Amino acid sequence: MTEPAITKDLIEAHGIKPDEYDRILEIIGREPTFTELGIFSAMWNEHCSYKSSKLHLRKLPTKGPQVICGPGENAGVVDIGDGQAVVFKMESHNHPSYIEPYQGAATGVGGILRDVFTMGARPIASMNALSFGEPAHHKTRQLVNGVVEGIGGYGNCFGVPCVGGEVRFDPAYNGNCLVNAFAAGLADADKIFYSAASGVGMPVVYLGAKTGRDGVGGATMASAEFDDTIEEKRPTVQVGDPFTEKRLMEATLELMQTGAVISIQDMGAAGLTCSAVEMGDKGGLGVKLHLENVPQREENMTAYEMMLSESQERMLMVLKPELEAEARAVFVKWDLDFAIVGETIPEDRFLILHNGDVKADLPLSKLSSEAPEYDRPWEPTPEATPLEDVPQIDPIDGLKALISSPNYAGKQWVYEQYDTMVMADSARTPGLGAGIVRVHGTDKLLSFTSDVTPRYVKANPVEGGKQAVAEAYRNLCATGAKPLATTDNLNFGNPEKPAIMGQFVGALDGIGQACLVLDMPIVSGNVSLYNETDGQAILPTPTIGAVGLIDHPDHVIGNEVREGHVAIVIGETEGHLGQSALLAEVFNRVEGDAPAVDLEAEKAHGEFIRANRDLITACTDLSDGGLALAAFEMAEAAGVGVQLDDDSTPFLFGEDQARYLVACNFDKAEALMVAAGSAGIPIVTVGKFTGTTMRMGASEAELDELSAIYRNSFAAAVA
Amino acid sequence: MKAAVLVFPGSNCDRDLVVAFEAAGADVTMVWHKETSLPDGIDIVGVPGGFSYGDYLRCGAIAANSPITRDLKAHAERGGYVLGICNGFQVLTETGLLPGALLRNAGLKYICKTVPLKVQTSDSIFTEGYNAGDVVGFPIAHHDGNYYADDETLAQLEGENRIAFTYEDNPNGSRGDIAGILSHNRRVLGMMPHPERAADIGHGGTDGAALFRACVGALTPA
Repeated sequence: MTEPAITKDLIEAHGIKPDEYDRILEIIGREPTFTELGIFSAMWNEHCSYKSSKLHLRKLPTKGPQVICGPGENAGVVDIGDGQAVVFKMESHNHPSYIEPYQGAATGVGGILRDVFTMGARPIASMNALSFGEPAHHKTRQLVNGVVEGIGGYGNCFGVPCVGGEVRFDPAYNGNCLVNAFAAGLADADKIFYSAASGVGMPVVYLGAKTGRDGVGGATMASAEFDDTIEEKRPTVQVGDPFTEKRLMEATLELMQTGAVISIQDMGAAGLTCSAVEMGDKGGLGVKLHLENVPQREENMTAYEMMLSESQERMLMVLKPELEAEARAVFVKWDLDFAIVGETIPEDRFLILHNGDVKADLPLSKLSSEAPEYDRPWEPTPEATPLEDVPQIDPIDGLKALISSPNYAGKQWVYEQYDTMVMADSARTPGLGAGIVRVHGTDKLLSFTSDVTPRYVKANPVEGGKQAVAEAYRNLCATGAKPLATTDNLNFGNPEKPAIMGQFVGALDGIGQACLVLDMPIVSGNVSLYNETDGQAILPTPTIGAVGLIDHPDHVIGNEVREGHVAIVIGETEGHLGQSALLAEVFNRVEGDAPAVDLEAEKAHGEFIRANRDLITACTDLSDGGLALAAFEMAEAAGVGVQLDDDSTPFLFGEDQARYLVACNFDKAEALMVAAGSAGIPIVTVGKFTGTTMRMGASEAELDELSAIYRNSFAAAVA
Repeated sequence: MKAAVLVFPGSNCDRDLVVAFEAAGADVTMVWHKETSLPDGIDIVGVPGGFSYGDYLRCGAIAANSPITRDLKAHAERGGYVLGICNGFQVLTETGLLPGALLRNAGLKYICKTVPLKVQTSDSIFTEGYNAGDVVGFPIAHHDGNYYADDETLAQLEGENRIAFTYEDNPNGSRGDIAGILSHNRRVLGMMPHPERAADIGHGGTDGAALFRACVGALTPA
């Protein structure tokens, strides 16, 4: 079959800029073939090359005694003691999910699970952070339903419990929804598998499902803005098969036990191209592939299609040749493909043969090392306009406005569609605060949270970036966990616009500062840029996923209040209403600065909570919606009323940071006051949990009435 | 007492079921779906939850024709005990070991939450640890748990006191609020809710532990 001629239009259609094409010519000294152009486009797009973000990502703190493997591999690896490690990462599947919500979200989950088990870890927990447009927008309902069903359809069948996440709505996501999927797995710390190939002449083995034409060009699609041609992009979305993924996971973990794996890499974005180049590049080797040996599920596939297909549930492995029979037997057992498709070669060369014809012959290391890297111009985000006066409102009216918005209503409609209990180790399922999963067969537990407040990041990227990490830190501390490490999923608009790039640089600065002070290094992550439609960018959304360790079930801090408990706030309340939930939901005003984050206070207060876990029966962090929303959520979950003494709007709805709401009996409350006094931690009694109503000052409503609003509003708005 | 837990390639509650059986004192073997016979001396076979063969066709339809399922049927026909949970219940109806079928949930959505169930009979080794009329909380997690049987079958199930559990607040549209049923000889139980997810204080409560304790107790020689 003759390949199309290389024209200006063809180059542009591959997302390759003229100066980037000149660079290709310089590297190979000739015009590329069609397949080669596809390979360059796959390797050099924003999604795979991080060309706009790399420079800034390097500044993030990624090290610490707990870190076994930081960014650069399929997922981060963190020590949890006793020779065990937690392996985790968060990754976006935004563009595909907007085009085809069910499959886009499903394959997002599949991709992140593969990243985790490729490293030798069995997935034990997942989370999903979702951002959608305003509920009234004509696409929102379809996207919410499709995305949630896709996540459930994949994760439930695969068999990993979903233990947390976020769902938000804002008009800024009308043209681009965000689907950020997190997965964590458990592995032996000395049995982690990496992607660097080693040894010359070693067989390169293709594992898993067959290759089809789905997802060709997906990574390139995800590296551009949307416009009105979006419907034509549907064929670039992959199709998921969770049953095959489940078998691939079991087979891969079994294969690893045979000792046959030298290195392994999943085929994600840019499929066979990216995985083969990565294994070769990291090992300082070349790779030769014979494409006629690739298992194919469609006829007459070209080299170009095979190299760029993003068919799911596939892996590439470098095999110890003497153990081929054992390795093959595992894949026969699980009824999956196992095909030797190439070999490692000593020279720096990526050689693609198809039925004897050379389809590509490129210097392998240059595909990644010579990928473009940009120091994009950026301008700092202007200082936020000062907040005008906020009128005092009736506290119950304010609370009702919040809990009847799908942003702050209960998310049961979402998480009841996910299996939150499979594996029978979920110590805390979604609903209130971080999720907790037991480390099977040990006394240890892991806490998981995912946080960001995009309004803050837009108003003040540095403080907003800090806040996302600080909130994750608090959510972990509130369960009694020691925060261990972080994964960041950075969702922004078009980086070629200096204002957007300024948001990115600012947010990363804040995230880096917070991770350093709070000792939560970044161990993995993902960047999703070009989340824009017709020039309208999303809110800057750097989602922070974080993991904490609890060493014994007795050390878990609960979240269930009981009748008669004292309600205590730890941390200073000044009543910061800028960029608050109240301001946005009640007054429809998005104004003022983000709350300032005092990282030293965050650290001290978090440590205080952990050190005094025996005095704290229930704990939650205070974040958007302030004390009023947190107290209501705690009361609602337990079915016990609450009385807060103060009725001032800033006190109840302010979003000052470094604060927790704690509940315990009177004796423990007294002891906690003493402990806080001697540690110099701000602490104040704000009321108590009692009765069947929620009362703030003189404003009061039946808890049942509020609960009905809280539990029904989400489905009413978007289901 | 010896239990076997079947493992289909898409089973994902197999380990959970093994853990619950073992906690109750059973000696458990996992049996791969490509095996053609159960190990000797098995008292009870657990058919676990999950997505047996992906369940892209009717749930459990392919599993009902897998190699190990032939011996599962023979085991049941010999009077052996069988506990099918969730996908396991779907497999048991597909094999014909239990009557009826599990249709898509009435609300068309997957549902995962803990629901209250009423124990309808204590007359089986599975339910003798409860009193008829007890209300217990077990998690459900399914997309196709809407139990259907014709009027005649329902009347027979009721007449023979073979309805083991009913939903207090029917989540999926099941006829007669049915959550679990027994075979004619009362030795095969199929149920959509997951007792193995409620058999541990650190996870989902302990209401399900009595089911495993009773099974293991009844089948352990004195």
